[in-house]
Formats: sequence, C-alpha cells, structure tokens
Amino acid sequence: MAMAAPLVLHLLLALLLGLGGQSRAEPERDSLREELVLTPLPSGDVSATFQFRTRWDSELQREGVSHYRLFPKVLGQLISKYSVQELHLSLTQGFWRTRFWGQPFLQAPAGAELWVWFQNSVADVDKSWKELSNILSGIFCASLNFIDSTNTVTPTASFKPLGLANGTNHHFLRYAVLPREVVCTENLTPWKKLLPCSSKAGLSVLLKAERLFHTSYHSQAVHIRPVCRDAHCVSVSWELRQTLTVVFDAYTTGQGKKDWSLFRMFSRTITEACPLASQSYVYVDISRNGQENESLEVSPPPTSTYQAVILGDRKTYAVYDLLNLATFSGSRSLNLQLKWRQLQDIGYIHYQPAQDRLRPHLLEMLIQLPANSVTKVSIQFERALLKWTEYTPDPNHGFYVSPSVLSALVPNLVGAKPANWEESPLFSTMFPTSDSSSYFVRLYTEPLLVNLPTPDFSMPYNVICLTCTVVAVCYGSFYNLLTRTFHLEEPKRSRLVRWLANIIRRIRGVPPV
Amino acid sequence: MLSKCVVDCPELCLAYLTSFPSPSVWQDQAEQLFKSGHTNNWAVLVCTSRFWFNYRHVANTLSVYRSVKRLGIPDSHIVLMLADDMACNPRNPKPATVFSHKNMELNVYGDDVEVDYRSYEVTVENFLRVLTGRVPPSAPRSKRLLSDDRSNVLIYMTGHGGNGFLKFQDSEEITNVELADAFEQMWQKRRYHEMLFIIDTCQGASMYERFYSPNVMALASSQVGEDSLSHQPDLAIGVHLMDRYTFYVLEFLEEIHPASQANMNDLFQVCPKSLCVSTPGHRTDLFQRNPQNVLITDFFGSVRKVELTTETVSLKPDLSSMGYSHLKCHEDEELAEPLSYAAQLPVAQIIHQKPKPKEWHPPGGFILGLWALILMVFFKTYGIKHMKYVF
Repeated sequence: MAMAAPLVLHLLLALLLGLGGQSRAEPERDSLREELVLTPLPSGDVSATFQFRTRWDSELQREGVSHYRLFPKVLGQLISKYSVQELHLSLTQGFWRTRFWGQPFLQAPAGAELWVWFQNSVADVDKSWKELSNILSGIFCASLNFIDSTNTVTPTASFKPLGLANGTNHHFLRYAVLPREVVCTENLTPWKKLLPCSSKAGLSVLLKAERLFHTSYHSQAVHIRPVCRDAHCVSVSWELRQTLTVVFDAYTTGQGKKDWSLFRMFSRTITEACPLASQSYVYVDISRNGQENESLEVSPPPTSTYQAVILGDRKTYAVYDLLNLATFSGSRSLNLQLKWRQLQDIGYIHYQPAQDRLRPHLLEMLIQLPANSVTKVSIQFERALLKWTEYTPDPNHGFYVSPSVLSALVPNLVGAKPANWEESPLFSTMFPTSDSSSYFVRLYTEPLLVNLPTPDFSMPYNVICLTCTVVAVCYGSFYNLLTRTFHLEEPKRSRLVRWLANIIRRIRGVPPV
Repeated sequence: MLSKCVVDCPELCLAYLTSFPSPSVWQDQAEQLFKSGHTNNWAVLVCTSRFWFNYRHVANTLSVYRSVKRLGIPDSHIVLMLADDMACNPRNPKPATVFSHKNMELNVYGDDVEVDYRSYEVTVENFLRVLTGRVPPSAPRSKRLLSDDRSNVLIYMTGHGGNGFLKFQDSEEITNVELADAFEQMWQKRRYHEMLFIIDTCQGASMYERFYSPNVMALASSQVGEDSLSHQPDLAIGVHLMDRYTFYVLEFLEEIHPASQANMNDLFQVCPKSLCVSTPGHRTDLFQRNPQNVLITDFFGSVRKVELTTETVSLKPDLSSMGYSHLKCHEDEELAEPLSYAAQLPVAQIIHQKPKPKEWHPPGGFILGLWALILMVFFKTYGIKHMKYVF
C-alpha cells in the first residue's frame, strides 16, 4: 500500500503534466487568405480589388484571450470589450459609376460608413456605440468621433447581419455615415498595419499610397463577423476581411492605352506570396474575351482558369497561384500584363482640322456597325465671335452647318442578278454595283442651324453720338470758359441814327449818346 | 568636510579623491549634473490653416513631422494636427503627396503618416485640451498628450497670425495670453520637463511675449510688425510650397542625425535676415540651462533605452504538427445545434413587422406644471367648493 500511493501520485503527476503539455502544444487557430482580382472594365479602365481574410477559430467572449497571432490585437480587444457581434467600416473616395464600369463586388458610399451589430448582452447600446466610434477614429486616423446621435440611425428592415446571427433584434444595430470624410494616406497606413504581412510581403507590397490615390475610385473597408467554422456549422470563428478596391483611369494612369500591367498600375510587381498566408491568388477577369472584335491576352500564362456565376453573369477568371513556385518561373517577380488585340481592323479615320477663314473641318470615318445596335456619332463644338464685317445683314437668322453624308453598303436580303444598264429602267441604275450581295446607298442628315452670338450693330453709331455729345458739352464748355475773354464794345451806329436818337433823348431829358 | 562633500556631490568628490584632474574635467562633470534629465520626448505639431492656397502651412508642419520621426520620436508620441487635407485634395496634381521643394524633390507626406487631428477637429478647444490633458474620456490614445514631468515637449505651430493671436481655420483665434496660461497649466500639472515652442507665422514673436512658466524656450520666424514670407512657388502645383523660415529649419534639420551634438545656438542662427527677409527671434530667459548646452536632439530626437546583451535567446520550435482532433471532439459535445446565417432581405418578415410599442414615460415637468396651473386657475375662479366633485 505504501508503494501504491507514491505510484498513484506519480501517475497523477504524469497525467497532469501530459495534459498540460498538450494544451501548450496547440496548433495555430488562425489562417490568412489573400487575393487580388483584376477586372478590365468596359470603359477601358481597370479595377483592382484586394481582399485579405483572417479567420480565427476562437470564441472571444468565452475565453480570456491574450495571445494574438494573425488576428490584430487592437481589433480583438475592441470586439471583446464592446461586445461587438459585427463591425463594418468603409472609407471611400469617389463614386462607382455602374453605367460605365458594370457592377461592383461590394460598393460603399462616399466618405465614411460604419455599421455595427452589438451582442444581446449589451445594456447601453448608445454608450457603447459612442465609445466604439471614438476608438475607431483613433485607430484609423479618421474623424469618426463626429458620429453622434445626430447622424446615427437604427435601420429596421435592412442591414441584417452578414454573419452568423442568433435572432435579429434591430435594437442592437447602429448605422452612421459621414459623407465629408476625406480618405488619404493616413487612413491607409493603419489599415495596412492590421495586415499580418503588413506591407512587406505578398500582395500588400502593391499597396503604395502614391498610386492608390491617383485613381477614380478608392474604397477601403474592414469587415468583422462571426462565420461557420466548417460545413457542420456548430462552432463559430471570427472572420476579419479587409478589402480595398481601386479603379485606375485609362487616361491619367494608362496614358490613353488600354494595355495594363501590374507595374503600370502599382509601380511595382509581386515578388512572393505572404509567408503567413495559407492561400494567395491573383484572379484576372477574362470574360470579355472574344466580344466586340477584341481579345484579351494575359501574360505570363495562368496556372489555371476558374468559371463561376458572379452577380448573375457567367464569368471566367485566369488564376495565378502565388504559393506555387511555378508562377514565378524564371524571373523572381510577377508582372501581369493585359493586352488587348484587335481581331479585325475596325476601320479608317481621316480628320482634317479647320483653319480659320481658310478651310473647314473634314471628318471621314469608316465604321463597321454591329448588328442590332444603335451607334451614335457626335461632335462637340464651341461657338466663336466673328469679326464684325463677317456678319451677314441678317445675323439673327443663324449660320448653317452643312449636312453630314452617310455612304453605306447595305447587305442584300434578297438575291438579285446584277442589272444590265442599257436594258434596265433608269431608276435602278443610279449607283454601279460590283456584286448583288449588297447595294450602295448615300444618305444625308439635316443641315444644322446654329445661332451665333450676335453683337448689336447699332452700338458703334450710338457710341459715336454719345462720345461726341459728351466731348462737345463738357470739353467744349471748359475750353470756352478757360480761353474766352470778354471785352466791352460799343456798337457803331450811322450819323443819322445817332442824330435821331439824340433828339429823342433831349425830349426825354436823358443825356445824349 | 569630505563626508559632507561625498553626500552632496559624489562624482566630484570621487574626482577629487583619485587625482588632481584638470579644471576642464571638473567642468565636464559639473555639466553632467546639469544635463537634461528628460526620459521621453513628445511633439505637438499644429497646422491651423484651411484651403488650398495655404498648402505651405501643411508642408511646413509635415516637414517638421518628418524630421522628428526621422530623429527617433515614434508616432505614438507625436500629436499631429492638420486643419485641411492637401495630399488628397482634388486640386493636387499629384495625389497623396505634399512637396516641400520645387520640382517635386522631397515628398514630406510619405507613405507612413498618421494624422491625429484632422480637418474640422483642429480647433482652439481641442488644441488646449490636448495641451492640458483635459480630453474627453472616450478620446483614443493617439489623440492624447501623455507627457509627464520628465518629458521634453516640442510644440510647433504655423498658420496665419497677427500681433498677439494665431488664426485657426479662418473662424477663430487663440491669443498669446491663452497660450501662456495653457503652458502654465501644463507646468502646474507637471506635464513637461522642458518645452521648446516654435512658431512660423506673421508677427510670430508676439505669441511668446506673455509666457511666464519656467523651462520654456521659444523661437519665432518674425518680430512684431514683420511678416513671415513664403519661399518659392511650384508652377506645376500652382501654390507656394513652404515658408522661408521653416524651409531653412528643414535644411538645417536634414543635417542632424540622432547622435548629433548640434546645440540650440545653431538653431538660433538659422535663417538670417538676408535669407528670411523677416528677423527670426527667440526667447530663452525662462529656460534654466544655457542654450549652448541644449542639444537639438533633446527636443527633436528621442531618448532611446538601449540594452546591450551578449547572451543568445533561443526561440521555441514550431509546434503546429500536432493534430487537434481531440480538441474538436471536446467542443462538439457542447453545441449540438447548427447555426445559420440571417436572411438578408426577408420581405414577409419586414412587411409584417409590428412597430415596437413605445415605452411609456411619465409626463415631464412642463406638462405637470401646465396642468397644475390650469387647475389652480379653475379653482381660483370658480371656488374651492367644486373640488368635492372632482374627488
């Protein structure tokens, strides 16, 4: 018995140590996936969407977590302190032009948008909301501290939780937008520091502020939500998604050409995947290959392709796996290039600009019109002021612009034999045709009557009259006053008249003249 | 005598005991006693002007920010306040950049900048709250000046000013009296050990006239009655890029490295009248040490705690090879019910939502008072005998 006790004790100790050892040797419970999607847009621009997703298999509320690996500590502490169930913050500059660019993956309003679902255990939601927005303003260097009751709402029907939810009582939802918020490098810097690889490796080396803000649209966002850990969905993981969408303008960045490369967009190339990432992909949208007489060529050749129905459209993506060393074959850096090749010669354009008072504009274009479509050709012009002698006597009628001419070869729907000129009626032999598959037609548009700014032609006469009057009255008066001298002069009369006047004066008693 | 000496100044006594050293060694050791005793550095950099044509004030502040970061003060110890955004301004032909030299030689905005107070947050009230430490409890750490009595604080302000005031965002001013009082509050609360105040505005010397707290040294770009002038315009950007005084200060600071021994007298010589057109001024009467002994890095650089060690530190090996299947089984038993995602647009549920019954609140004071008044008037007019019909 005496021997058994220490044995049991040793066994117990070993068991405890064993268990302790196991709990120390935990595998990492967070993982990182990064991806970049390049989408050539119909207008010639290209959009780049970065997404960095950190998934953390832990339940922040239940355990007292103190060890953070990939998941940023500042956000983890925020979630546990304010009992946040979901957090969505976006900072955007610009507006996504759906008409020119198509549908975005995730659109955000201009300025700052913050919406948060709190857990059911929060007693004072408004107080937590105020403190949370202040803390976030310090983290992201944005003026989110201006969020208060005057710009916060509690939506009742929309903004349902995007993650796992245990009932949706909208009392725990708060939403605010600050449209005046400016997005600049000081917001990008802390956003980049939340990434596990910061801006040192992987896709985040492309995130340079000088290029990212020279864009038509820049949107960066942070989304935190609970997700299913696996298909059974019995336990919860925290997902942090950081997304950044930029649209590079064809003219400011691309110098008008539609060819793109990573170097032209970001002024650097990818050298490696983030070592902490479990997946790292670059997707290029090649769905528009083969449409509209253009084909998209992607070099270097992709590792694989991926097809899916995204936002209602079937799309094809060229996939580059950055963790696969074959992607970087040869060079140590990956510079993706997108080149557009014309499948057919689109036509011919001849333009001769006008020279004032010498010759007019001449624009000739040979266009191939696609079927079942409407093609509009428009020219912008400005009105100028002519010299006053160049106006017609009736300038208010307007000036005429000559009509445009459209010459077309229209395909024949009905087969016909080429006509013999001498035997056919005159009305069918206006235009010579080489074959019977199409007929030639020449059409004209209406002339354009343009109202040019017309000066008031009576004004020169009015000006002369007024000026002369003013000169005569003012200057003339002054001249007279200054140069006229007055002398007294006696009128000279004849002797007879003077003698008669003296007699009359003597009669009156007045001294004589 | 010797025992008293040992108690008071042991270093000097040691020197005395060991040998008869030369007077210069004594002087060095005496200076050791008067060396700045600060343990950390803080910087508060403020640009107070809004609008695109005041680009140069933002460039001024950012160039001081850049120098201060380069010499070692971390972002957590810098409070940067910019009243307007020039880098991402739609009028900036090169977005995300702010240049200080023409021909776009030096981008002082950089890639790693953290602005703590920006745009409408730069107000006189917020500035004084930062200085005195009376920020609201929800203010994040990056917006606070957490200095203590061993901190050396650098305060740099730039913008449009006049005789005795500095204009904030074209809508309010801070006077030199307010500023002096704020510094005195800082002194009373022991929020600084030594302070360097630099101001680059017109008539800047008027702002430091009223200081009365000890250990404050002040520099200004122009005297009362003089204007501080801007340096050079850039034709591509279209505005003046920097002010003269800060431009030459930046050139001077670019030569400084963290181990530099340059002192304050060199900083006073920066930008003489021939270059600056205005006369820079300084004020050192409140400062206890001789400016010659004050290093530039005492204010622009940072005290670093460096510990040298020769022992090796071994890192634990990677333990991710263990499978965690037993842990999973353990957790599976706890939750058996699968969770689900919420429907994003449940139309039926939305349409048939019952509006939440509003909580009943007892009538407030106004309503109660109104009813009391009405009842009083009624009973006064018609007599108290009607009361019995009410009750």
